[in-house]
Amino acid sequence: MTGIPATLIPTGEDSFRLEAYLGRGGYEAARTVLLTKKPQEVMEEVKKANLRGRGGAGFPAGSKWAFVPQAGDLPKYLCVNADEGEPGTFKDRVIMTRDPHLLLEGIVLASYAVGIHTAFIYIRAEYESIARRLEAAIDEAREKGFLGAGIFGSGFDLEVLVHRGAGSYICGEETALLESIEGKRGWPRLKPPFPASVGLFRRPTVINNVETIANVPLIFRYGAEWFAGRGLPRDGGTRLFGVSGAVQKPGLYELPVGTPLRTIIYDWAGGPAAGQGIKAVVPGGLSAPFLTPGELDIPMDYESLARARSMLGSAGIIVIGDRTPIIDILRIVARFYAHESCGQCTPCRIGTTWISKIADRIGAGGGAPDDLDLIRHLAQGMKGKTLCPMGDAAALPVLSIVEKFGKELGETISRGAERR
Amino acid sequence: MTFSLSAGNAKRIEELVRRYPTKEAALLPVLHILQREKGYISPEAEEWVAATLDLPPLRVREVLSFYTLLRRKPAGKYVIQVCRNISCFLAGSEDIIRHLESRLGIKAGETTADGKYTLLAVECLGNCDHAPCLMINDDDHGPVSEDTVDAILKGLP
Repeated sequence: MTGIPATLIPTGEDSFRLEAYLGRGGYEAARTVLLTKKPQEVMEEVKKANLRGRGGAGFPAGSKWAFVPQAGDLPKYLCVNADEGEPGTFKDRVIMTRDPHLLLEGIVLASYAVGIHTAFIYIRAEYESIARRLEAAIDEAREKGFLGAGIFGSGFDLEVLVHRGAGSYICGEETALLESIEGKRGWPRLKPPFPASVGLFRRPTVINNVETIANVPLIFRYGAEWFAGRGLPRDGGTRLFGVSGAVQKPGLYELPVGTPLRTIIYDWAGGPAAGQGIKAVVPGGLSAPFLTPGELDIPMDYESLARARSMLGSAGIIVIGDRTPIIDILRIVARFYAHESCGQCTPCRIGTTWISKIADRIGAGGGAPDDLDLIRHLAQGMKGKTLCPMGDAAALPVLSIVEKFGKELGETISRGAERR
Repeated sequence: MTFSLSAGNAKRIEELVRRYPTKEAALLPVLHILQREKGYISPEAEEWVAATLDLPPLRVREVLSFYTLLRRKPAGKYVIQVCRNISCFLAGSEDIIRHLESRLGIKAGETTADGKYTLLAVECLGNCDHAPCLMINDDDHGPVSEDTVDAILKGLP
């Protein structure tokens, strides 16, 4: 086990309060930066730190910010994605619950770097108590002059608004999120144009995940080299690995990027639940293709998981025990995407619904011999054929289940046929 | 129009609208405020929102019908959302849902005749390390068992 102290998830009942945050050195980085550094220098530091997006796609944060045109006085926006709907993912909940001011300080730094004066935190409506905590933190910070007009006595102004979603997974997709803030259905937009040039209210917009922004103050508190040195060459810092499902100690573990999946499951989460072996593992939220017990030595970083044809995604690890029939898992995966498809693109709307119906049919003992081929065909029909990444998100885990657990699914279908 | 809302909320909505670059962008927050006060969004509330935000009534309906947490019908005093997604399923959420259905005498998706409870089986609540988890109105509970669910329900005012 590593001796690196956790930094994104402070413990203690009162860790969320402003005094506690100030006691941890909070807002000092933002104060120093706003009073002594140019926005361009801030962006360069973040690039040097190799901070990559924590929402799923893993895009380098500094480069993303640099895409926003710097010229002109028209408004630009920051949207912090706190929609966190990816099954198996609960890291942003923990950050915002325990350390809302860390997020706010990150928002100040990111906004200053890009020249943004209005930031939105888009939070799922189920996190109402957290939304209130954030609003209370914003009020506290405003009172101290850490937000609002002329922050820290600099000439920099910033307002932060908490915007609640209303129950929609797809609003975690960045362009659907923009539509939702604009007061519309969460229908993803066609890209290009990309949000960096045409985003919220048709203005240049940066969209970052909560965990990404929460890492920014650490870069300025401890230095870009320190941050970069905690991770891999092109992937700086730690990751919050959420572990849930059939393990002894479900929880959130802050570990260096690239920690092997086996280490996380066995050394941190205590191994599989009592009396069970591992049948399958989802490494990065439900959209990530499933892994088998033979693949547990994979280092948990973007490149390694991509090589294994899965993805790090939100780093939400879900362990499935060997007592769980895989058809049950397929049904849950299929139902989820059918439920959450926004309906805009036909391949996703129809494909997810059909796959869910077929999975339910197999589960109920009514599967046909060519059902797995049909599922494969439908999933291939969604992959890469929709406006937003949800087509892939729905297709890839399903394809991985059918590929890696085809034998068990075939037996389930045969057993059902024998009983009919 | 026969719709009216509390003076406090009317003022909150006025302030809210001013904070957004467009009136339209205040639609979700305004609907949340109305739902919190009235319990659901009635046709009269829809018309009121459309008029207040200068939107065609269809735009309001379009948004209402898209988001699962916005309601066009009254719900129970206590809305119980039980997570049924993967981590909670692995921890026994199906048993929790069945238990609540039999205890309350309703199916998931229904409201008890006395208007006290609405039971919903929902997708991931983002509380997977506390599986199986559920929410009662804005409060999180988890991990729950059939026994703790009973105790929680008993403790409700």
